[in-house]
Amino acid sequence: MRNLFASCLCLVALNAPAAPFQDLLRQYETQARQENPAFSGFSPERGKRFYEEKRVASSGRQSGCFDCHSPDPAQSGKTHANKIIDPMAVSANPKRFTDLQKTEKWFRRNCADLIGRACTAQEKGDFIEFLAHYK
Amino acid sequence: MKKWLPYILFASTVLSVTTLLATSANGQEHEGQEPFPKVENPAWHSECSGCHMLYHPALLPARSWKKIMDGLDRHFGENASLDAAQREEITRFLTSHAADRQSNARSRRIVQSIPPDDTPLRFSSTLYFIAHHDEIPNTLYQRKSIGSASHCSACHRGAEQGEFSESTVRIPR
Ligand code: HEC
Ligand code: HEC
Ligand code: HEC
Repeated sequence: MRNLFASCLCLVALNAPAAPFQDLLRQYETQARQENPAFSGFSPERGKRFYEEKRVASSGRQSGCFDCHSPDPAQSGKTHANKIIDPMAVSANPKRFTDLQKTEKWFRRNCADLIGRACTAQEKGDFIEFLAHYK
Repeated sequence: MKKWLPYILFASTVLSVTTLLATSANGQEHEGQEPFPKVENPAWHSECSGCHMLYHPALLPARSWKKIMDGLDRHFGENASLDAAQREEITRFLTSHAADRQSNARSRRIVQSIPPDDTPLRFSSTLYFIAHHDEIPNTLYQRKSIGSASHCSACHRGAEQGEFSESTVRIPR
């Protein structure tokens, strides 16, 4: 009986959701307000345009977020070194945007590489808003 | 007792010379069996497998790993930069298991194939690699299921574990 109880507890702990993407969005929202007093919310439409925009990477290669993450974010993507990337859409991959450190690391790298600067909190929030509601 | 010593020395010299000759004549078969030793480091595992398969540290000499780790912000045309603490930890791990710190035959031959004044950033540019893949035409790497010579695990299923023996090679269609 004790054992059963212990294993139930353990299961609960394992199934406890990691910080869901809403937590991350709230953090970006706080930042966005600091960056821009006129901040008026995140927009999935702007996030979609950002995702689909054609860009030139620092290496000179034609690219964009869609390039490695697949034009359809519910599908798997592929890096230039031929590794499969799990889908970006939260509906297809609930692990997305649940680890602030990971999310920040890749925004830092991919924004520097493709845009030549850090992304703003507004851009990050729009991007996540788009992918969180993509079906 | 002492008087046996020269004989023993002589016999062991003959033995090692014959093995040396045998391996150089027939090296590809002899080194083919042993996989690289198992190694693990969580930071390396998570940070160096996001964009490609994990490359075993025994594939390149320590000076190559240092140069790779010093240039992560411009890594083969991409930004793979890390914070300083992780970079140092992974550099220490890679250099301490590098090809020139290994005693296995394959790593020694890799090191021998690299001129001392050269610091390759790719295993796939070493003479060792070129010699062992000379029967593979460039068009084969371009298959969708492979992509490039750097995608070792497409043909060597045990590549991430350091297993490259001939019997485990399978070229995907
Ligand atoms: C050269 C390939 C490549 C391009 C182009 C690219 N990414 Fe990525 N991205 C990756 C890889 C590899 C990962 C990590 C693998 C994973 O998370 O499954 C990743 C992960 C991410 C993550 C982390 C998601 C999470 O789980 O928290 C974010 C955010 C991200 N990318 C944003 C972007 C944005 C924004 C763009 C366009 C400006 C972009 N990426 C373009 C390769 C790319
Ligand atoms: C297109 C498929 C393909 C790719 C990609 C590939 N290899 Fe190979 N590799 C082969 C074949 C075929 C052989 C020859 C097997 C034989 O006859 O011994 C070989 C041989 C080898 C050998 C020598 C094995 C032995 O003991 O005879 C090593 C080591 C090796 N490959 C490592 C690598 C590494 C590391 C990479 C990635 C950087 C790589 N290979 C990429 C197909 C491939
Ligand atoms: C942001 C993506 C990214 C990350 C993260 C990354 N790499 Fe790479 N790496 C690449 C690309 C792209 C190539 C070139 C692959 C090709 O030509 O097919 C490459 C190639 C390599 C090669 C050469 C393979 C060969 O022999 O051809 C080595 C070695 C390597 N990476 C080591 C590392 C190490 C060590 C780390 C972790 C500190 C790391 N990489 C993290 C993108 C990345």
